[in-house]
Amino acid sequence: MSAQEKSMSVSDEMMIEMNGVHKWYGQFHVLKNINLTVKRGERIVICGPSGSGKSTLIRCINRLEEHQQGEIIVEGTELTGNLKHIEQIRREVGMVFQHFNLFPHLTVMENCTLAPIWVRHMPKQEAEELAMNYLRQVKIPEQAEKFPGQLSGGQQQRAAIARSLCMRPKVMLFDEPTSALDPEMIKEVLDIMIELARDGMTMICVTHEMGFAKTVANRVIFMDGGEIIEQNEPEEFFANPKNERTQLFLSQILQH
Amino acid sequence: MTGETTVFPNPLRWALGLWRDQKHRGTIIQIMALVALLLFIGIIIRNTAINLQALGLEIGYDFLTEPANYDINQHLIDYNSLSSHLRATVVGIINTALVSVCGIILATVIGLFAGILRLSKNWLVSRIMYAYVEFGRNVPVLLQILLFHALIIHTLPHPRASLSPMDGVFLSNRGFYVPQPVLEPAAWAILAALVIAVAAAWWFAGHAKRVQENTGRHYPVFTINLALIIGLPLLAFFLAGRPIGLDFPQLKGFNYQGGMVLRPEFTALWFALSFYAGAYIAELVRAGILAISRGQTEAAYSLGLRPNWTMRLVILPQAMRVMVPPLISQYLGLIKDSSLAIVIGYMDIVATIGGISLNQTGRALECMSITLFIYLGISLGVSTVMNWYNRRVALVGS
Repeated sequence: MSAQEKSMSVSDEMMIEMNGVHKWYGQFHVLKNINLTVKRGERIVICGPSGSGKSTLIRCINRLEEHQQGEIIVEGTELTGNLKHIEQIRREVGMVFQHFNLFPHLTVMENCTLAPIWVRHMPKQEAEELAMNYLRQVKIPEQAEKFPGQLSGGQQQRAAIARSLCMRPKVMLFDEPTSALDPEMIKEVLDIMIELARDGMTMICVTHEMGFAKTVANRVIFMDGGEIIEQNEPEEFFANPKNERTQLFLSQILQH
Repeated sequence: MTGETTVFPNPLRWALGLWRDQKHRGTIIQIMALVALLLFIGIIIRNTAINLQALGLEIGYDFLTEPANYDINQHLIDYNSLSSHLRATVVGIINTALVSVCGIILATVIGLFAGILRLSKNWLVSRIMYAYVEFGRNVPVLLQILLFHALIIHTLPHPRASLSPMDGVFLSNRGFYVPQPVLEPAAWAILAALVIAVAAAWWFAGHAKRVQENTGRHYPVFTINLALIIGLPLLAFFLAGRPIGLDFPQLKGFNYQGGMVLRPEFTALWFALSFYAGAYIAELVRAGILAISRGQTEAAYSLGLRPNWTMRLVILPQAMRVMVPPLISQYLGLIKDSSLAIVIGYMDIVATIGGISLNQTGRALECMSITLFIYLGISLGVSTVMNWYNRRVALVGS
């Protein structure tokens, strides 16, 4: 996929807008003046050293974390203490976690149909058909009746992706989706994510998979110390990092 | 190693070979342990038999049919001092069962609330629950029983000056008196209405599930069914011309006659056991909820599930399986602690067959064995039910 092709699927419609967002954990200033806009169809990769606030940033987008200053607008709705708005935004924003967080007491199928049935009021049969479609898309339809504990790590993460997709989200957030996986399973998850990107899903991925960033991202963002240090198109970002800290980080993770 | 080996005669070498073999050694040890155990039991039985013979006693359960010659203040079945020891035993079993069942229910309710409230973000609420849990767990249950008994006996007035918060309700140190419903012939209509309401609620729950599966619509099943189960019998009550009368307790002489009464012994024991076990159950509930990783809540939230549904559909089903095994122990503990009833004169199994009957007949071995087997039977029954439930909620594949 060339850079031109990639940018073609991006529309001007604004999906996420963060203006001057700050967040503190007690005394610790974890997000400093974050300004970020994401348009429909954009694929953004966030990287940076651990503790730089990457995860916190994307967790603010569906309010798993609360920001203390600035504004976050998702699809035209501002995130405040308004529970109705929070619920509405969470319905439209899918999230995939580092440790999958599948519900261990439910089968893969039930994991996928739980939210459509309870949140979207979808008839059970319809929800199951929908789930089966997505399980086929992530290539584990035969695992539908198994429990999460019976699946490999890679299969669990793909089930978690399917579970999120069943809500037909407009944005997908990935919080280090491959960090807890054995090396041979990383590829099967990345393949699914690449496919998802090709289908035009708006995505924000916190990941250290630089190959993935080069393949699908429109933009790579580097964070350090709670700030966005640098952002650029992937070719430029990897070829000519401008900031010293970016250069240092890239030299550390790309030296192998 | 020079290659020299000690030479044993053949059978000894064979035995030594067995002993040095990992698998065989295990078997040998088990056989030895079994033999030792059987020998021990045998010695005890023989010893008891010899002692009983020396005393001129023999084991027999004939005394059970003889009149008990003592009164029991709380009996849910007909009983008087001319009734047999067997009947006294049954009264004791019923009393133990009553206080145990009531105690388990109240302790579970207290524990559930205290456990959830201890996790509350409200500082005052969580501190109060913390204080309750620490008091409940750290004061011996015997003292708590005496404390509750003393509270009822000494702080409530005598019957003539009893408190009456409502018409026909009297609180005194002789017990809590409330009006007793008296059923008139037409009362069957209410019972029938209740049965119909329960059946209808059952059907509606199934219907709501089918509607949900077919169309995705959600009904507030719990609210509607609750209204049904309460409303229909109430409607029948008025339609049938109020066929339930009330027998009000009347002060006659030194105490009340008529009505229903919760005796102070029962009330004190019930509250004390619930208070004590509730503190432990609160900790189980708290631990059960905390044992479910934060990620489960986050995953549910990220899918758009509300906090109350997250608790009901995701957290509690998982917390239950952590809680059930220790909960079984708590329930069994409460049942066995109810045997402390005797300190405040509540007539349970230990007080009847294991106490007065034993003293009057001198049949210590028989009475103790009966008491022991009754407790064993109740406890094994509870364990079986709870273990079955535990297997049903167990996780697959992890």
